[in-house]
Amino acid sequence: MRTLKGTIMDAAAIERTITRLAHEILERNKGASNIAIIGIRTRGEFLARRVAERIEKVEGIHPDLGFLDITLYRDDLLGKLEQPMMKGTDILFDITGKDLIILDDVLYTGRTIRAALDGLIDLGRPRTIQLAVLIDRGHRQLPIKADYVGKNVATSANESIRVHLKEIDGEDSILLMHPEKEGK
Amino acid sequence: MPLKSRHLLGLHGMPREDIELILETAISFREVLDRPIKKVPPLQGKTIANMFFENSTRTRLSFELAERRLSADVLGFQTSGSSVSKGETLKDTARNIEAMKVDMVVMRHWAAGAPHYLSNVIDANVINAGDGAHEHPTQALLDLYTIHEKHGKIAGLHVCLVGDILHSRVARSNIYGLTALGAKVSVCGPATMIPHGIERLGVQVFHHLDEVIGNVDVLNVLRVQLERDAGRFFPSLREYHHSYGITKGRLEKAGKPITIMHPGPINRDVELSSDVADGEHSVILQQVLNGVAVRMAILYLLATGNQ
Repeated sequence: MRTLKGTIMDAAAIERTITRLAHEILERNKGASNIAIIGIRTRGEFLARRVAERIEKVEGIHPDLGFLDITLYRDDLLGKLEQPMMKGTDILFDITGKDLIILDDVLYTGRTIRAALDGLIDLGRPRTIQLAVLIDRGHRQLPIKADYVGKNVATSANESIRVHLKEIDGEDSILLMHPEKEGK
Repeated sequence: MPLKSRHLLGLHGMPREDIELILETAISFREVLDRPIKKVPPLQGKTIANMFFENSTRTRLSFELAERRLSADVLGFQTSGSSVSKGETLKDTARNIEAMKVDMVVMRHWAAGAPHYLSNVIDANVINAGDGAHEHPTQALLDLYTIHEKHGKIAGLHVCLVGDILHSRVARSNIYGLTALGAKVSVCGPATMIPHGIERLGVQVFHHLDEVIGNVDVLNVLRVQLERDAGRFFPSLREYHHSYGITKGRLEKAGKPITIMHPGPINRDVELSSDVADGEHSVILQQVLNGVAVRMAILYLLATGNQ
C-alpha cells in the first residue's frame, strides 16, 4: 500500500488552476476563434471539458472539443503484461489548420504526449499543437515540454501522483504518495 | 482483461465476456475506418501469414486489409502453385512458414478442425478463417457486431438463419455466438439441409418461412453453396427460391421491418431477390465494412494479450 505524503491541490486550487490555464490559452492564441481542445482519455477528457467551459464563459464561443485515446500509439503495447483497454477516439471535426490544445493531468516521461502527437497527426495537419497539463512532475525521457503548466512539482521517480476528478472519482484532489515500502 | 485463449478457433464454448470484449474493441477500430488516414501502428513489427487452402475473396481481402491497417507485415499464401500442390503436409507447410518468424497465422481450410490441429503444432497465434462445414468465427462476430449496431442490443432479439444449415460454418458459429449473448435463434430450411439434432444447440427448427417470418427481427440468409453440390438437396433453384427465397412480397406480409443479412457472395434471385438485397433494411454492405473492424479487433487483442 502506498501512503499519503501530502496534498498537492485541493478542489478549490484545481478550479482556480483550470481558470488560469483557460485564460493563458486565450491570451497566447489571441482569442478562441481558431482553437480546439483535445483531452487525452481518461482524465484529460474531463479537464478538456472544464477548460472549454471556461473559455466559453469568457469569449462566448464554445471551442471544438475532442477526445483522444492513445492506446494504439503506445510504445509499450506489445510488451505489456496487462492488456490496455481501448477507450475510443472521439474527434468529430477536421483538425487541419486548427490550433490544438492537448489537455492531460500529469506530464511525466513524455511518452503519452509523444503517442498523442502521432495520433493527432494521423488525423490531419493542425496549424499548431500546444500542451496544457495540471501537474508537471519532471523526469522527462523525451524532448517534450508543456506550454501551460498548472503546477510544477518536484518528485522522486518512485513516488506517485494520484489525480482525482469528481466526474469519475467523486471528488477533486491531487495527492502525492510515498513509494511502496518493501516487505509490506 | 485479455482474451482467455491465444487462438481464435471457434465460438463454441467461448466465454461471453470474450465475445463482448471483441465487439467492444471493434467499435474503436470502426472509428479508425472513418478517418482520412485509415491506419494505426499497434502491430508494427508483427508478421502475419494468411494461409488459404480454399477459395475466398471477401474474407481474404478483409483480413489482409485489417492486418495492413494495423501496420503488420503480411504474407499471402494460396494452395495453387504452392508446395501444397507438391504433396507437402499441413504440418510441414505451417512449420516452414513459422520458421520464417511469423507471429500469427490466419487459415482457411476445407477440413473441419484443421486450425485446431495447427494450433497444437506451431507457436504462432492461429485464427480460423473458416474450416470445412465447422466454424467461421470471424464471420459470426461481424454478424453480431452488425446486429448490435443496427438494433442497439442482441439479447432478446429473434434471429432466424435461413437456408443451407447443413453445410454452413457461418450458421454454426452464429448459433454459438448468438445464444451466448442471449438472442433467440431459429433455423429455417428444407429438411434435407437441417442437420439432425440441431435443436440441442438451443435453436428452434422451421421448414416454412411464413411460419416464422412474422416473429423475427433479423433474417440471416445463407448462401446456397452450389459448389458443394447443394443442388442435390432440393429439386430445383426455382423451387428453392419459391419456398425459401426472401422477396419483397414475403417481407411485406411480415408487417414489420426485418433486418436482412447475408455473408456473401449472393446468388441473386435464389436465396434473396435483388430488391431485398439492395433494399433499405439490408445491412449486407455494412457487414463487409464491419468485418474489417472486427478482424482488426481480433488481431489486436491476440497480438497484445498476455502470452
